[in-house]
Amino acid sequence: MITSPPESNEEDESMDTSVSASSPVLRPVSEVQHRRKSGREPDAEHPAAPEKMRVEDLNFYYGKTRALKHITLSIPPNQVTAFIGPSGCGKSTLLRTLNRMNDVIPGTRVEGRVELDGEDIYAPRTDVVSLRRRAGMVFQKSNPFPRSIFDNVAYGLRINNLTHSKSELAQRVESSLRAAAIWDEVKDRLKESAYGLSGGQQQRLCIARALAVEPEVVLMDEPCSALDPIATQKIEELIVELKAKYTIVIVTHNMQQAARVSDLTAFFWLGEMIEFNSTEKMFTKPDKQMTEDYITGRFG
Amino acid sequence: MTALTGLCALFAVASLFFILGYIFWGGVRGLSLGFLINSPKPIGEPDSGIANAIVGSVILIMLGSLIGMPVGILGGIYLSEFGSNKVGLLLRFLIDTLTGTPSIIIGVFVWTVMVHPMGHFSALSGGVALGIMMMPIVARTTEEMIRLVPHSLREAGLALGAPRWRVTLGVVLRTAASGVATGAMLAIARIAGETAPLLFTALGLNYLSTNLLQPMASLTFQIYYYAQSPYEEWHDMAWAATLVLVTMILVLNIVVKILTRNRHQQA
Repeated sequence: MITSPPESNEEDESMDTSVSASSPVLRPVSEVQHRRKSGREPDAEHPAAPEKMRVEDLNFYYGKTRALKHITLSIPPNQVTAFIGPSGCGKSTLLRTLNRMNDVIPGTRVEGRVELDGEDIYAPRTDVVSLRRRAGMVFQKSNPFPRSIFDNVAYGLRINNLTHSKSELAQRVESSLRAAAIWDEVKDRLKESAYGLSGGQQQRLCIARALAVEPEVVLMDEPCSALDPIATQKIEELIVELKAKYTIVIVTHNMQQAARVSDLTAFFWLGEMIEFNSTEKMFTKPDKQMTEDYITGRFG
Repeated sequence: MTALTGLCALFAVASLFFILGYIFWGGVRGLSLGFLINSPKPIGEPDSGIANAIVGSVILIMLGSLIGMPVGILGGIYLSEFGSNKVGLLLRFLIDTLTGTPSIIIGVFVWTVMVHPMGHFSALSGGVALGIMMMPIVARTTEEMIRLVPHSLREAGLALGAPRWRVTLGVVLRTAASGVATGAMLAIARIAGETAPLLFTALGLNYLSTNLLQPMASLTFQIYYYAQSPYEEWHDMAWAATLVLVTMILVLNIVVKILTRNRHQQA
């Protein structure tokens, strides 16, 4: 179910190359690596851990309100990184800065850097459209288009011209639905409206839709908050499976969920990142007292 | 309370049926196949018809739609997607003012800027007048309908790497399509019944013509013309023409309802 580290690294590398080659806005890999070396010199004791995304001294404002304060963290490839914290702590805001979904909200402002493969996604020349293709998103409330199940998954493929024939399109739709573990439930009703599906199925359909354009990072914003325990369990199993191929960042209210699915956990409180550690450490002996208090339910 | 409101609702619907019944009663006598396919003939001759007016109305409405719908729909998209600022507020106010402008003023305006310089009445100027009337209605209904599309659908589209304009057209407008079409139909129904703007622009014509640069007949003008005449025969023709007009609008509405019935609409 989970691929071994060397394999997954290899997959990540090959993804980098293919995207750099096809997308003119991205610098060649060599340049990126070079900059990476010169930018943050890894010392001997702490060899640079592989990172898919990096957030550096990020501040985020809604009008005059600062929602995120000096956030710095790096998100490793092919791992599940969870953001936890009480409502309004900025975890969803942070998630949405990772593919610039906050751009569409008027009156917001970003300071600092967010990197995808070493590339600053807030640089003026960034192509936001291709960024969002590389960093897909699954939302809190399932939001299928009012179209057929097939057309929902095909949407991203069609607008990005990712397939060349009808059969290829059908095949990509099928593989995406299979990857989201919903194929068997919908294969006989692909032409039917997506609104006929249950809440959990709709959410998995949205995951399939996000996977169809083959993103490198999948950002999930409380994907199970509106689902019953059985549907939640299915999605959690899916998340663990998906990390073999994708880098996953998940925002969750549910600490047990973070403990079950994630490899790394970041705890936020009032716009600040209190602690970022391996999930195991966070839930057994966190560095900060505050983290322990939150996780053990003393506040929040 | 229930009784009073119910009574008022009943009264509103009843007056509609009363009008429809009255038109049917008055018009059905004069209706025949010849009436629909012949052009007017001198008084006293049998088989006089209003084919010229039917064709004229259809052409004028199409011209008006051609001008009014794209501008109205795109304007409505602007208002809902980008119009939450001062410019939008001003535009909304101006559009509402235009909606409230009496149609005869629009007719006189088009007469001043088109008919007078051209030197003669024309179907084209009639189309422009109807188009101007349609624009604000289409714009505002489009805006309202697009506002109903949940924000989450826009985000879903954007998150898949769709450019903003593709999300607006492919997701937002498409989701709102049946509402937008209904709004457009309402606008058509509204202008189909207009006489005043045509008085100063397309005028009327007693024979069949498709020349856009010349005057053109229309059902409303024909009804107005016949109803004012002293001849009983023409009065009957006015009734029948009214029935034809009302039926056309009704059929139009039904067809659009069927066409835009969205299979994927949430129940």
